[in-house]
Amino acid sequence: MIEIRNATKRYAETVVVDDVSISLPAKGITSIIGPNGAGKSTLLSMIARLLPMDGGAILVDGMDVNRTAGDVLARRLSILRQENHLTARLTVRDLVAFGRYPYTKGRPTADDAERISRAIGYLDLQDLADRFLDELSGGQRQRAFVAMILCQDTDYVLFDEPLNSLDIRHAVAMMKLLRNAADQLGKTIVVVLHDINFASTYSDHLVAMQEGTIYAQGTPDEIIDPDVLGPLYGAAFQVHEIEGKKLATYFG
Amino acid sequence: MPPRSRQLPPTAILLVTGLISIAAVVAFMTVGARGNWSFVLPFRGTKLIGMVLVAFAIAVSTVLFQTITNNRILTPSIMGFDALYVLIQTCFVFFLGAQQVSTLDPRLLFVAEVGLMVLFSCLLYRWLFSGAVRSLHLLLLVGIIFGVLFRSFSGFLQRIIDPNEFIVLQDRLFASFNTIDTGLLGVSLLAVLLAALAGLRVFHTFDVLALGRETAIDLGVDHKRITTIILILVAVLVSVSTALVGPVTFFGLLVANLAYQLMPTARHSVVLPMAALLAVISLVGGQLILERLFAFDTALGIVIDFAGGVFFILFLMRRAAR
Repeated sequence: MIEIRNATKRYAETVVVDDVSISLPAKGITSIIGPNGAGKSTLLSMIARLLPMDGGAILVDGMDVNRTAGDVLARRLSILRQENHLTARLTVRDLVAFGRYPYTKGRPTADDAERISRAIGYLDLQDLADRFLDELSGGQRQRAFVAMILCQDTDYVLFDEPLNSLDIRHAVAMMKLLRNAADQLGKTIVVVLHDINFASTYSDHLVAMQEGTIYAQGTPDEIIDPDVLGPLYGAAFQVHEIEGKKLATYFG
Repeated sequence: MPPRSRQLPPTAILLVTGLISIAAVVAFMTVGARGNWSFVLPFRGTKLIGMVLVAFAIAVSTVLFQTITNNRILTPSIMGFDALYVLIQTCFVFFLGAQQVSTLDPRLLFVAEVGLMVLFSCLLYRWLFSGAVRSLHLLLLVGIIFGVLFRSFSGFLQRIIDPNEFIVLQDRLFASFNTIDTGLLGVSLLAVLLAALAGLRVFHTFDVLALGRETAIDLGVDHKRITTIILILVAVLVSVSTALVGPVTFFGLLVANLAYQLMPTARHSVVLPMAALLAVISLVGGQLILERLFAFDTALGIVIDFAGGVFFILFLMRRAAR
């Protein structure tokens, strides 16, 4: 379980995350949705201890993320960020291998090599394994980073808009991958999504944020509702039920 | 060059570079030696040790600095580190007086200066690399302003200082590759060894740090602690090289980027030795050519700054073109 207690983040006078308290359930997929500037990514970065907090505390499995040793946490929690800029020239395999760093501290064993190859295969990157990252497209690079996160093999995995720069086929494959990781490997996945229909189709739990606060939370059934989404995004929604899933249209 | 070298394994490239640097060292020790070997060997030997120390210090400090700042343009000298060291030296003579300074053991003075250097560089530069500043342009600007500030302040103090004291100061500041401050060789060697040992203990974090602050933290590296350690190492290494031969602006940039280009991988286990070997080749080889071939004892620093400056501009233009 991820417990967020009075988390606050300010930049000068602007409050980006405003005294947020919420528990995200263990296991399954929790999606965070909401308009631009709602504080979704900021909250996710604070859970992953990438951003210092201006107040409050965040506990992952009872461990305070800002007090627990970095390498202990790195074996429990990992994050895939939106932007992954690299100065160093690395091949896909080099990058994926870094996922084992929290366990090996730079001395990989045969077992690690095995896990690295498996992660590369899982993301369909075998043919690209020895290519340099700067020779790949945005989507391919994204998948390489996902393979690294997979290699890190943590109970909690956070994804910040993982569908960016992926085409439809790979976007669907990515969400199925997350679903599998949750169902078969028992991972807890928290993902910031812009596409509410992906969120509705694949999540167990939805959290809607607006202006730095939690606007609503619940099952996709409860949240994908014109009366919730309308005020959340400031747009008009129609919700349709197709094969038991609620899908929203908002194209005017 | 890059396509061919990419086919060679990194260890082979290292081996070849190592052999070339050994050849440079042997040539430096023997070429044009006339007269008594018992004079020539120690005379050239101390010079050689000084140059190797400086080569190692500059190469390693630049590569590590670029690792924590996540870029390949900035170097400790561009950020004003060596100017800070010169300022500390100047302040010592200015505030203690030449009389005091000359009676002090130069090695003790060096240790005190390195201590102050570590303290001030942590105070001044620590915040820059905590991840709060993301813009390379801002970093570069801060560095240039720091450099100019430190240099102007040293210049100001040197101008208003007592002329007699200035001579003492000049004596200390005008170290160059020709007049390596041999009195400090022993303590410098010790400082470099200690820095290298400290570096080895955190060696496994270097490659992870190169992935950027966020990814490094995600992978469990204590980013704050490790960057502070590296900053201290850089301060010590820059102090050593500046004390021995004075400020060398572009040399680090040159060898670090050559090492990145020649190596097919960015792993520190090969890039760091490669940069150090390239530094040895260019320093020792350059000095050899200057002394023997051209037979004019001009400062190697001038040649290096010229070559380095040209390289820096080409490098910036290539990056801009990409």
